[in-house]
Amino acid sequence: MNQAETHQGPHVASVKLLLVVWVALIFGTWLTVSVTYFDFGAFNIIIGLGIATAKAVLVALYYMHLRWDKPFNAFIFISAFAFLSLMIGLMLMDTSQNQPDMIPGFGAVVESGAAPEMP
Amino acid sequence: MAGSDHSHHNPDLAHHFENMDQQRQSSKLGMWLFLVTEILFFGGLFCAYVVYRVNHPEVFVFGHHFLDKTLGAVNTVVLICSSLTMAWAVRAAQLKQRTILMLMLVLSFVLAGTFLGVKYVEYSHKWHHGLLWASRYAPDAHILAEAGFEVPEAHVEEAVSERAEGAPAGETIPAIEALPVDETTPETPLDEVADPEISKIGPAAAGPAGLATAGDRASAEAERHAVSVDPANARTFFSVYFLMTGLHGIHVILGMIAMLWLMKLTFQGAFDGGHYTKVDNIALYWHVVDLIWIYLFLLMYLID
Repeated sequence: MNQAETHQGPHVASVKLLLVVWVALIFGTWLTVSVTYFDFGAFNIIIGLGIATAKAVLVALYYMHLRWDKPFNAFIFISAFAFLSLMIGLMLMDTSQNQPDMIPGFGAVVESGAAPEMP
Repeated sequence: MAGSDHSHHNPDLAHHFENMDQQRQSSKLGMWLFLVTEILFFGGLFCAYVVYRVNHPEVFVFGHHFLDKTLGAVNTVVLICSSLTMAWAVRAAQLKQRTILMLMLVLSFVLAGTFLGVKYVEYSHKWHHGLLWASRYAPDAHILAEAGFEVPEAHVEEAVSERAEGAPAGETIPAIEALPVDETTPETPLDEVADPEISKIGPAAAGPAGLATAGDRASAEAERHAVSVDPANARTFFSVYFLMTGLHGIHVILGMIAMLWLMKLTFQGAFDGGHYTKVDNIALYWHVVDLIWIYLFLLMYLID
């Protein structure tokens, strides 16, 4: 049975394509692991996340058929990551503002053991 | 069923759909929406991870020494292979190749089982060495030494008496929590510390404002600058680790159950008509499980 005969509407991924993506994913995994043996300082995590995201894009496009799917499905899936980055981003902004000595004189009050004065 | 009053229709077509294509698309849309909720479900934990790692990087640098990079990489490869077989299963279902579909489902199931097997080896290793979540966290001296941390003998003996009560049942190896404060460490203000891998938030004073005493404050300050074997709150790394990999593991188990169901349907010939939506949707779910692991592997095992 060849692919052209049964190709009606939904896309059928060829075995060759599936295997090529698999090789790329395995290579990506090898690359992620080997990159950790080099010290690029703060760039290590960026490189790692970059490779992981490239792998995720390959899986989504080919294994999850998003490349041939209705664009609306891709839109929905991408929106998940948009909201995720919103959640993490806002949370990071919040936690970076949270410092123990942000209120002047607060530390001294704690040391003396007295209750802080409420304005 | 739909087939009885609309005999000219495909028996797989439910009566409220125009045609098979519309039926498949709506089903898939529902699956994608579910996958979004899955991403955001894990997203909450990823958020906790990011916030804690940004504030306490040393906890993660310490914790990753106890995760086996090789086992993690093996599991990543196993999951990628299972993603391949699931994608292949979808192709087989589309082409009505029943034998190949069955073979691919069995292979995916076996690979998922292999993943859990490797995870069992990792979990039991941590269990035996007290590398557990929150209050169960009590690493023994062996595992700390194995990971390259120097554990002074005197301290180990001290730890035996101190932690005799707190150690988990059946624990025979002395547990150890932290080295004593190193008094020679210079008192550097926190914002002048050059090492980026140090907590940005020091330990809290003894309690909410007004309840803290001067003494507690001083000891907290000293602790902040102490060079210890395991940093304060190292247990949080293992809490996050077990929560995230555990939730992922539950998803793997659910995926395996779904695969068994697909095998049963395949055996009964449910996909011989080319109505492959069920295979397609479960494959989509499985790929998301794979995607999450790709990130978990990077963020848990490959720190440093």
